[in-house]
Order: sequence, then structure tokens, then C-alpha cells
Amino acid sequence: MSGQTTRLATAEPRWLRAVLMVVGLGFLFFFLALPLVAVFVEAFQGGMSAYVEALRHPETLSAIGLTVFIAVFVLPFNIAVGVAAAWAIAKFDFRGKSLLITLIDLPFAVSPVVVGLVFLLIFGAQGLFGPWLAAHDVKIVFALPGMIIVTLFITFPFVARELIPLMQAQGKDEEEAAISLGASAWQMFFRVTLPNIKWGLLYGVILANARAMGEFGAVSVVSGHIRGETNTLPLHVEILYNEYNAVGAFASASVLALLALVTLVAKTVVEWQMRRETVMLDTPLAPENVGQPSGTQP
Amino acid sequence: MPRWVSRIAIVAAIVLVGAAPAVAQTSLLNVSYDVARDFYKDYNPLFQKYWKAKTGETVELKQSHAGSSKQVRAVADGLEADVVTMNQASDVDFLAEKGLVAKDYAKRFPNNASPYTSTMVFIVRKGNPKALQDWSDLVKPGVQVILPHPKNTGNGRYSYLAAWGYALKQPGGSNKSAQEFVGKLLKNAPLFAAGGRDATTTFMQRGIGDVLVSFESEAELIAKEFGKGSFDVVYPSLSILTEFPVAIVDKVVDKKGTRKLAQEYLDYLWSKDGQENAAQNYLRPRDPEVLKKHAAEFPAIKTFTVDEVFGGWAKAFPAHFKDGGTFDQVYQSK
Amino acid sequence: MKNKHVLPGFGLALGITLVYLSLLVLLPLSGLAFKASSLSAGELWNVATSERALASYRVTFGASLLAAGINAVFGLIVAWVLVRYPFPGKRLVDSLVDLPFALPTAVAGITLATLYAGNGWLGRFLEPLGLKVAFTPLGIVVALTFIGLPFVVRTLQPVIEDIEPEIEEAAASLGASRLQTFLRVLLPGVFPALLTGFTLAFSRAIGEYGSVIFIAGNMPLISEITPLLIISKLEQYDVIGATALALVMLVISFVMLLAVNALQWWSANRHHGREKVSL
Repeated sequence: MSGQTTRLATAEPRWLRAVLMVVGLGFLFFFLALPLVAVFVEAFQGGMSAYVEALRHPETLSAIGLTVFIAVFVLPFNIAVGVAAAWAIAKFDFRGKSLLITLIDLPFAVSPVVVGLVFLLIFGAQGLFGPWLAAHDVKIVFALPGMIIVTLFITFPFVARELIPLMQAQGKDEEEAAISLGASAWQMFFRVTLPNIKWGLLYGVILANARAMGEFGAVSVVSGHIRGETNTLPLHVEILYNEYNAVGAFASASVLALLALVTLVAKTVVEWQMRRETVMLDTPLAPENVGQPSGTQP
Repeated sequence: MPRWVSRIAIVAAIVLVGAAPAVAQTSLLNVSYDVARDFYKDYNPLFQKYWKAKTGETVELKQSHAGSSKQVRAVADGLEADVVTMNQASDVDFLAEKGLVAKDYAKRFPNNASPYTSTMVFIVRKGNPKALQDWSDLVKPGVQVILPHPKNTGNGRYSYLAAWGYALKQPGGSNKSAQEFVGKLLKNAPLFAAGGRDATTTFMQRGIGDVLVSFESEAELIAKEFGKGSFDVVYPSLSILTEFPVAIVDKVVDKKGTRKLAQEYLDYLWSKDGQENAAQNYLRPRDPEVLKKHAAEFPAIKTFTVDEVFGGWAKAFPAHFKDGGTFDQVYQSK
Repeated sequence: MKNKHVLPGFGLALGITLVYLSLLVLLPLSGLAFKASSLSAGELWNVATSERALASYRVTFGASLLAAGINAVFGLIVAWVLVRYPFPGKRLVDSLVDLPFALPTAVAGITLATLYAGNGWLGRFLEPLGLKVAFTPLGIVVALTFIGLPFVVRTLQPVIEDIEPEIEEAAASLGASRLQTFLRVLLPGVFPALLTGFTLAFSRAIGEYGSVIFIAGNMPLISEITPLLIISKLEQYDVIGATALALVMLVISFVMLLAVNALQWWSANRHHGREKVSL
């Protein structure tokens, strides 16, 4: 297998590559890059100082803090449950699997407004547990716990849905081999499964994270919109916009876009770190595996 | 493994417990509609100063702003507002119905419990190229009218009722002719904006439509953002008086022991300072003296109230905006 | 059969999933059904089948399907380009993909409406061609395409990264053309993921409210989406009516999702037929 010839045979002709790149990148340009540019143009309409001024406002800062806190808080729940669900679904056969997958998808299909409504029906003053909660002076809705719960709800499917097709495509031979060689369950998981799914997991986490930070509709219903207390960044954006403060609104929106970028930077760092480790581990044993995890051609 | 699990559990416990805040300092939560923030941003420090001078206490004032009916739903669902300051009586009526606010809330403060008012006016393109002077010009063929969703937003409802009331008060006007008139007006709307601000963006920034129907107070905010010379304001011959009722949420102030503070907070809206602040924020003050001082900014305009023409929001709302009401009827027959 | 108990953790994993799912999703949603049950079946039927509601289902589900379809086609191309082709600035482009989630939906809606309005950066070129996007049903499709884009790309990326070059090499060395390799070898491999991405984009689109209302125009019977009708009921303090409509929507999307997932499972089993047939 001399790399030169196989590469040619397994790659698209040059013209097709060009077409695909133009189509793919063009699509991204019109649907993603332009809106992003438009956001920044609006944000900088009043110049750099107005932009900085808008972001240094205490209410904006507290909104950023709250948003980041909620996103970080829900992360471990999403990872643990997402991996568990994907493991059960992708590696085992059982009755009602399609049903289970569909139930996992369900939070996506529920309109964000309805998500908020649902939790109001349960925890609100006129809701199922409302009187009990009020009697014990426990606040769920219009306070942080309610906002965390709805965020958990809307981000629940991401990790599992990302992992299922991936783990399904990978099959279970490697794990079975590990077990039959005497590995314990956790050993198998950390040495075999986790390295195999790390990218899918990461993509799932990135998506869940971006969604957690950007969610407006559902959180809006249970937040109570108290300034400096239960106001997340997306809610803050809306309020500023409605107050005819477009610069402040779009500046805050640009922060959300930047926060998403931070996750991506984290991903790049992890990627780089992992590749280095893989190289160090694999070199003496199996030279042909070098650089393989990324899967990309040079 | 168990270590990080337990760590998360601890953090979770802290968050859940910590979320029930202990009220150390006297604080007051004012739940309000969304464009009221500018007003209360200026009003709150005035009141804090007044309260400090009077009692020596420092009071913390918390604000919550969002869509008006969404806000009162939240209060009914347990958002612990001491006072509500809304832009439509129908919203406070809802709280009265739920027993959170006194049934006669409108009588507990002067002027129908509305410390300031506004009215619906037309924003037209510079120089008024289509010569739109009154509501009757808005139903002419080829005129595009921009307004927020009449069924789902406060501004939209006021615009709708203003047009209805105008048609009703014309010679030979009846409910039937009014419905036809409003139907024609809605046919001239190329879209229904999501909210007042969205309607403004659509009109000013995207250049859609010949006229924007909006609050008089909003016209000043538009000038602030898009420049004073970028549009003209037209006052129709007759419009609706929009009232902004305030109320104490009895259930909450009794529980928190903040009734006195809440009462004073709202009373102070009618003080000279409070009224002056309204005028500064382009809202028509109730105090005749303050109004006179700002007469240049508030041209005289003939208005009618929802109570006069429609017998109050309690009647107007179901007749026009509930499912099957007059708004829906316009869109039933294709 | 024999495979079933080789791997550990089935009970634990499924247990965690079911408990979490029940507490967070199923119980709350059944609260919705409970609330709606205070309407009689006849009233529920009337709410669900009014002229406005039926028109809104057509708009919502039609636009969502179209948007998910667009995303499936272009998402596949984007994912392929991002994984396989080196080009300058690739990381930056890659990171852009998550933008639709990070932007609050209202901002997305406002921005898209501004771009596609008659005097916007894009609208000024489209409108002379007779293509009105903002404030028409087409605008809804644009907003929903934006919202669903990351799903397809992010679902496909790890799977494409995982494709072993040996398979392609084998196909090529057996004389398959690149197109044949793609259609016969690569596409079946990524198809389950593609369908997953499509499903997710579709289901996300159905419920979307925040971005759509700013670009839709919201005209009754023409560009009114179902979530807007739900809001409209809430604005009238008609919580039960809103709940009923939400429930109808939930049931419809549940059935559609179930169908797509069954299809996906079927196609996956067919693809992995050799290993799974023995079960």
C-alpha cells in the first residue's frame, strides 16, 4: 500500500473537491458568517468605546456570570446521562429501543415556550407542587433552580444523540475484546470506549453548552427577569433591544457568540493534547497509527 | 469516581439551598412591562433618596421587565412582586381575579391608578410623502401600515382600539362600520411585528411601510436611536388615551411586611419629582402644573379612554382579542 | 443472543437513563397532558382543528421539513469539507458552525430579518429577482435552516472522521469509481448519522419560536406558526387552551420522530446486517 496511489484513488477529483468546497463554504457564508458579521456591525455601530461601555455595565456582567454558571453546572449531568443512554442504546438490543430514542429526542420538539410552561404547571404557585413549595419557602421557579432545571431539559438530548450513531457505527468488538481479556468494566470504559467516543462526546458537549448559554424562550418563562439576579445574557439582550439600546443588545449578543468560540478553543486544545498523548503512547508499539485519531489528511 | 459525584452533589445542594434568599435588607421588587425600564431607572434613585431622607433607611429596589401579560402571569405563578406597574388594565385585572391584588385597585390611587399616560400617534416618513393626517388615511389602498401584533401585544391592542374608537365616533359610526374600518386597516398591514420595538425596527431600519402606529413616548425613543430628523410624527384628530395602572400585590406585601414601603413607593409617583420624571421620559404627567411646564413636548390631542368607549378592558378584551373576537373575525373569511 | 451479556453496564446505564428521563422529561410532560385533560375531548378537538390551527400546522411542519431537508443536503457537504479537505482558516469555519445555538434566537431572528428585508445585504439582491424572503413563509424556512444547521454537521463530523480509509481503499482497488464508492460504501455508512441529524434539525425546528416571529410576518393563515398560536392563547390567560395546543403539537412531533427513528434503526440494522442478523 503505497500512500501515493491509494490517496489518489480514494479522493474526489480535483474539480469535485472545488465544487464541494464552494457549495459547502458558500452555504456557511450565507447562513452563518453574514449573520455573525451583521451582529458585530450592529454592536460596533457606536464605536469601540460604546461597545466596551455596554459590556462593562454591572447588569451585563452579572448576566454573563449567571449564564456561564448555569452552562457549567449542567455539564456533568449531561455528560453522565448522555454516555449512559448511548451505551445502553448503541451496545445492547432491547425491546422499545426506537421508543426510547424518540423519548430522548422529545425535548427538542417541545417548543421552548412550552418547556417553561410545563415547569410552571408543576412548580408555579398555581401548579401541582406550588402550595407545598410556598409553605416550605422553597423557590424553584423565578429563581436559579428553575432556570437550571429547564436548561437541563433542553440540553438533555445532545450528548446521547451525538454518541448513539457514532457508537453504533463503531460496533462492540473492541469492548468485547477488552472484557474477554479480563478488563474490568471501568477499565474497559476508560481505556477503550472513552478514547473511541471522545470526539463525539466533545461535539455533544459543545452543542449542549452553546444551547445552554443561548437559550432564551424556556428560561425566559421561569426566570422572573429580575435585574442582576435571574437575568441571563440572552434575556438581557432582549431587554436591551426593547429599550432601544441596540448597541448594548448586540454587544451582549456578540459576547454569546464569543463564549461559544471559547468552547471551540477548548476543543482545539483538547484535540492537540490528545494527539500528542496518542503519539507518545503509540509510537513504540504501532507506528502506523501515528496521527490517526484526527482522521484528517494532511 | 465517587469523589466527583459527591462534589457535584455538594455543589448542587449549595445551589438549591442558596437559591432561597434570606431577606436581610428591606427590598422591593417592582415587576413591570418592558419599555418602562428607562422610567424606573431614573425614578428608583429619586425614591431611594426620598426614603433615606424620610426614614434614614436604605432600600433596595429590584426591577423586572418583560412583556406585560407575561409578567403578570409570572406574578400569578409565584414571582414575588411587591408592586406591579403595567401598561394595560387587563393585566392588573387578571391579578385581581386571582386574588393577588385588590379588586378596587384602580380606586386606591388617583387618576385610575395610572400616574402618567400616553397616546397612539403616527410615525411617517420624512416630509410625510403620502400625506397621512388621520386614521381615515391609513385605510386607503396602497398605504402600508406597520403595527405590532394586535392580538398578542399591548401596543398592538391599543392601536387596534384607537382605530376602532375613531371609526365609531365618526358620523354614522357603529360597531359594524368600526369593524369594517379596522378590517381595512389590517388588510393594509404587510406583517404583524413581534412587539413594539420590532415594529420600529421594521419601519425605521428595514424601510418597510408608510406609517408606524406607536406610543407617543416611543416616538421620542425612536428619535434617540435613529435621529430626530429621520421621520415625522403625526397626531391624528382623535386617539386613545393609554393608561399605565400600578398596584400593590397585597398577598406579597403582607407576607413580606413591605406594605408601607410599597404604598409610599407608588404614592411617590404622583409627587412633583415623580411627575417630572414621567415628563422627562416623554410620558404625559397627570399633574396639571408639570404638564403645563412641558406643554411644548405634549401637543394637545383629543383622546378617549378604554373605559369611555369600550366599557373598560374587562369588556374590550374578550370582545376583540380573545379567540373568536373581532380580530379573529377579520381573518376567518378568506 | 450470546452477545447480550458479554458487555457490562447495561442495567446501570439503562437505569440511569430511564430514571433521569422520567424525572426530567416524562413526568413534566405528563403534567401537560394532565392539565389539558380538564378540557373535554370535544373542546380539545375544537381547539386542535380550528382553521387557524390547521393552517399553522401546515406552515410549521412544512417549513420544518423543508429546512431539515436543506440542512441534510448542505450539512453533509459542509461536514465532508470540514473533515476531509484542508484549507486555510478551517478551524475558524469549524467553530462558526455552533453559532446558531449561541446566539439567542431573538437576535438570530432580528438579524436574519434585517439581512433578508428588501433593503438588507441579501434582500436587495433577491427582491429584484422576485424572491421575497423576510416576512413570508420563505423567511420561516430561512430561520429554521439557520437554527437546525449545527445538528446535521455536528452529528456527521465524528462519523466521517471515523470512516476507516481501508474501506475506501478496498473499494477503489476493486475498481469502483469515486461516485460508486461514495454511493455504495460511504453513504450507507453515514446514513444513520445523517438521518439522526435530519431528525434533530426537524424536531428543533417544529418548536422554534424566538427567531421565527421576527422574520415570519405572522399573518394569520399564511405565516403564523403553531408556537405563536400557543403564545396567543397565553396572552389571553388561556393556559388550558395553550396546553391543549402544545399537547397536540407534542403528539404529532412524537409520532413523526418515532417514524424517523424506526426508519433509522431499520436502515442501521440493514447496514450492520452481518453482525446483528444472528440476534
